[in-house]
Amino acid sequence: MDEITLKMLKEVADLDALPTGAYNLRENGKAAGRNTTANIDIVTKKDEPGIDIIVKPGTKNESVHIPVIISQTGLKDLVYNDFYIGEDADVVIVAGCGIHNCGGSLSQHDGIHTFHLAKNAKIRYIEKHYGEGDGTGRRVMNPSTVIYLEEGASMTMETTQIAGIDDTIRLTRAEVKAGGSLVVKEKIMTTGDQYARTDFVVDLNGEGSSANLISRSVAKDNSRQAFVSDIRGNAPCAGHSECDAIIMDNGSVSASPKLTANNIDAALIHEAAIGKIAGEQLEKMMTLGLTEAEAEEQIVNGFLS
Amino acid sequence: MLEIKNLSYRADDGAEILQDVDLTVRERFVAITGPNGGGKSTLTKLIAGLYQPTEGQILLDGVDITHMSITERARLGVSYAFQQPVRLKGLKVSDMLRLAAGKDKKNVDYCGYLSEVGLCAKDYINREINATLSGGELKRIEIAMALARSTKLTIFDEPEAGIDLWSFQSLIHVFEKMHEETQGSIIIISHQERILNIADKIVVLRDGRLVQDGTRDEVLPGLLGTTREACNVLLGKMGGTA
Ligand SMILES: Nc1ncnc2c1ncn2[C@@H]1O[C@H](COP(=O)(O)OP(=O)(O)O)[C@@H](O)[C@H]1O
Ligand SMILES: [Mg+2]
Repeated sequence: MDEITLKMLKEVADLDALPTGAYNLRENGKAAGRNTTANIDIVTKKDEPGIDIIVKPGTKNESVHIPVIISQTGLKDLVYNDFYIGEDADVVIVAGCGIHNCGGSLSQHDGIHTFHLAKNAKIRYIEKHYGEGDGTGRRVMNPSTVIYLEEGASMTMETTQIAGIDDTIRLTRAEVKAGGSLVVKEKIMTTGDQYARTDFVVDLNGEGSSANLISRSVAKDNSRQAFVSDIRGNAPCAGHSECDAIIMDNGSVSASPKLTANNIDAALIHEAAIGKIAGEQLEKMMTLGLTEAEAEEQIVNGFLS
Repeated sequence: MLEIKNLSYRADDGAEILQDVDLTVRERFVAITGPNGGGKSTLTKLIAGLYQPTEGQILLDGVDITHMSITERARLGVSYAFQQPVRLKGLKVSDMLRLAAGKDKKNVDYCGYLSEVGLCAKDYINREINATLSGGELKRIEIAMALARSTKLTIFDEPEAGIDLWSFQSLIHVFEKMHEETQGSIIIISHQERILNIADKIVVLRDGRLVQDGTRDEVLPGLLGTTREACNVLLGKMGGTA
């Protein structure tokens, strides 16, 4: 692996080398390495680009890494990854994507990830998006995540996009059956003239199902963000979404949370707060000896930590 | 030593909040008291640099800090525990104590600072400074941050508001310990007799003017007596508990 690939692996998957356990590395639109285990199989799709990741029922304490690295300017990569998680399995999935664009053309990665969690399966899904490179070519990512949770299944999704992605439209769709639970923790920071839109639709279809969407974002410079969510309670269920944003400079954030209750026992809540860093917060930090710029940095880092 | 000369502060709407205050702080503990709205917090905000005076001068160990930024004053050795501590979503108690102790400090004595304010480190160190902390907990964390800073001048704005389930004795111990370490001065805004009792000097502010300035023995009896002044001062804050 070359230096750029290593650096990008570190950024998106916190890896210093190829991971242990199951993994599939995709680089510049092609497979660049794969490992499977007795319980986790990875199979290349025949009819479209992408892979199927199949986790056997009952698999525990295993992880799957599927990093994607793009370092070729002008490359547009589209991939379909399907995850089949067997009953009672409990695994961690790390899917990072890094674009290193030093050229003048647009580099783009669109990943469509579909999760099928069988009864009582449980996953923690970590996804980090990162871009760098001093070229003028834009770095674009449009991830779609489709989630089907069977009875008692639970998924925690942690997504982070802190730097370097110029344009992103993130779609998340989920259907949750009885006793299933979905937790999404999203962190986004945009700078320059970047744009990020995140859009959730969650159907809570079974008794005792739940969803908790937590979004924290920072929009600096002239960047723009939009948060859109619709939690639909179609059964006795609990849904909660929270959009918390800091705007700086000429940043702009719009939050459009929607709640739809189709069942009398659907308990749905939304919280949203958008604003600049409060003067007294900066003042507190400054009384500790930080400059105003250092104070802002600490507040933003803490907010997104 | 802190010297305040002819200090005045006029709010943006033209109201005279503080007028012509002269004060020297060289003692261990200096208590500022007086009725609500008297200008106590305003005076300390002027010292820490949160407000800029319309007139007058502030000297710290002979250095004119009147027009310095909050940051510069902090670096020269001014610490300020707010009357109303701010919440900072995402930042943890440990983050704030580390920042308070100073950027280069590697081994921050989180347990020491927190136990001094009656909080168990293991329960609090990873707590976020957010709405899940009670007002009393926040006040004590604010005091722990001042301890971590350990500077030659520390200002506490009504610290007693944080002592629910704690004690005055412990709070006073914090001041004593801090003085032992810094050998500096501690300014405490308070309405509490038990705190005024440890002050080397007591200052009374009313309607934006400094109306009394003397040793504890000179000032305290008057405040505790049955004079109208005393009632105003103490009842002004303590309400039903007086
Ligand atoms: N920035 C400001 N603008 C306008 N009025 C202020 C400002 N700061 C304080 N005040 C007013 O000044 C008076 C003194 O306030 P403060 O110093 O907080 O009193 P204390 O701490 O003694 O209770 C109050 O009447 C308060 O409402
Ligand atoms: Mg006050």
